Amino acid sequence: MFEICLPVLLGGKCIPSGALFGQLLIGLINGSFYALLSLGLAVIFGMLNIINFSHGAQYMLGAFVAYLMLQYSGLGYWPALIIAPLIVGLTGVIIERVFLQWLYKLDHLYGLLLTFGLALIIEGVVRNQYGSAGLPYTMPDSLRGGQNLGFMFLPNYRAWVIVASLGVCIGTWFVIERTRLGAYLRAATENPTLVRAFGINVPVMITLTYGFGVALAAFAGVMAAPIYNVSPQMGSELIIVVFAVVVIGGMGSILGAIVTGFGLGVVEGLTKVFFPEASNTVIFVIMAIVLLVRPAGLFGRRA
Amino acid sequence: MVHAAPPSQAAAVKPPSFLRANAEAIAFVVMAAGLIVAPFFTYPLFLMQAMCFALFACAFNLLIGYVGLLSFGHALYFGWASYLAAHAAKVWGLTPELAILTGTATAAILGLVAGSLAIRRQGIYFAMITLALAQMMFFFALQMKFTGGEDGIQAVPRGYLFGLIDLKNEAAMYIVVLFIFLGGFLLIYRIIHSPFGEVLKAIRENEPRAISLGYKTDRYKLIAFVLSATIAGCAGATKAIVLQLASLTDVNWPMSGEVVLMSLVGGLGTIFGPVVGSFVILLMQYKLSVVGEWVLVIQGIIFVSCVLLFRRGIVGEIAARFKG
Repeated sequence: MFEICLPVLLGGKCIPSGALFGQLLIGLINGSFYALLSLGLAVIFGMLNIINFSHGAQYMLGAFVAYLMLQYSGLGYWPALIIAPLIVGLTGVIIERVFLQWLYKLDHLYGLLLTFGLALIIEGVVRNQYGSAGLPYTMPDSLRGGQNLGFMFLPNYRAWVIVASLGVCIGTWFVIERTRLGAYLRAATENPTLVRAFGINVPVMITLTYGFGVALAAFAGVMAAPIYNVSPQMGSELIIVVFAVVVIGGMGSILGAIVTGFGLGVVEGLTKVFFPEASNTVIFVIMAIVLLVRPAGLFGRRA
Repeated sequence: MVHAAPPSQAAAVKPPSFLRANAEAIAFVVMAAGLIVAPFFTYPLFLMQAMCFALFACAFNLLIGYVGLLSFGHALYFGWASYLAAHAAKVWGLTPELAILTGTATAAILGLVAGSLAIRRQGIYFAMITLALAQMMFFFALQMKFTGGEDGIQAVPRGYLFGLIDLKNEAAMYIVVLFIFLGGFLLIYRIIHSPFGEVLKAIRENEPRAISLGYKTDRYKLIAFVLSATIAGCAGATKAIVLQLASLTDVNWPMSGEVVLMSLVGGLGTIFGPVVGSFVILLMQYKLSVVGEWVLVIQGIIFVSCVLLFRRGIVGEIAARFKG
């Protein structure tokens, strides 16, 4: 163990290396949730032109479905990791067909307002059924314990979360940027009418895109369940931070969303070490600075 | 080129009836008279609270309805103004009118800072930035000492207006709130119908064209933002004096959502819509307080059905019928 000190200009505070790497790890975990959620937001915005305010509620729903599966059918973490995103994604498909499809020709703000209403409904129903206290979700046995890396202790589960979300993020990037399906998607984002004229069923693509984006949020929710308690309000505050992440990164670039998500998670973790009082607000402060210096966002194109 | 209307059509156009020509003035008189009579029939405290929220919603509507800017963080100005007003009245011992002015000025400064950041991005980003900045200031409110954290500032003295009139008297307090509400309402009416307001509406309809006509639209948007924040702050400060309380509820994001809901239900871009909407929503909350948490679900359902089924809101629908 050794100590790491800030430059005198920043207060010269010294921190044992274990605490520093521990917070860095938590920062990476938070960052992987930011990345997954902002990636989903960006994908949905690209196709539907809607900012999905219910994204946080759907993240919470993923965690809840996992909790209910364990409670009532004894299905553990690994099945939940597949089934919960599928179920929540399916509700997303229904939401798109019943509500969102009527809004594409209207001003963006109506999509935001409608999904905000949906978020209130989802959060309210869950809160009525299960109360607002957190419910514990047990970690799968296969991921208990951890590795001693010499300079820090690395819990297996946290390592898994980082690797898994990085994998899903890169997988999504690959599908969108490097495959035929992704080419259709990008073309439909640019000019849906022309793509339809080529015989590609764009409305179905839009529906599935929303379902996929929502499923990403639910996937993040299942992964968060063993780390944080499962609670109805776990999504609503997270989504506001993710909005700030999206403003910083800009929604034009998939890779940008991933990099910004992880990067800001790490910055937040470091802030928790050196300036704990500012850890809640640091991302918003960074957003303000980015708006001053680069109004279009780090990866954004000038509108 | 101006085309003259065909004579047959010109003859068909009747001069508008007295009722239609003066619809807004008549509605204002009815509203003012209603608010003067209402305390004899229902709780004055409820009415005062409703007027504060109505002014808050009108201020919000000034942005969304007339400039087309959706601020999803208006609780920031409402809540922080109520904190500063409560602090000024309780700790500094200022008279209520000075306390309300303190709160209002705070909101104006916060509006200037947040507005100049938010107008750097358009459309949906604007909403996200205002929401994020409001959340940041919520955390500051949570951490700072003078706000009392989870407890808020309680037992704020109503004090003596101008050092003379005791506002513990419910009637006196009611008249003060009525004056502030009607004054704020008329101010907003004046802004909308001024040449400045016309430019705002031009920006709402087509910003690039307004720019090409030589208007510095960013400056107009910022002024509108500051005006809206200031009036929202005035509403929040007044509420702190009326209810003798400033708390985290007023500065948190659900409050920002609530003011959007009030304006949406009443009718975005109508002058009376936010007033009607806030009375409807507050009444609903009072009536439904027995069902507890379901209020959240019901609010959500109202949001969804308003967006899908009646985007014009109550007043907007009535106005559309009225015009035939």
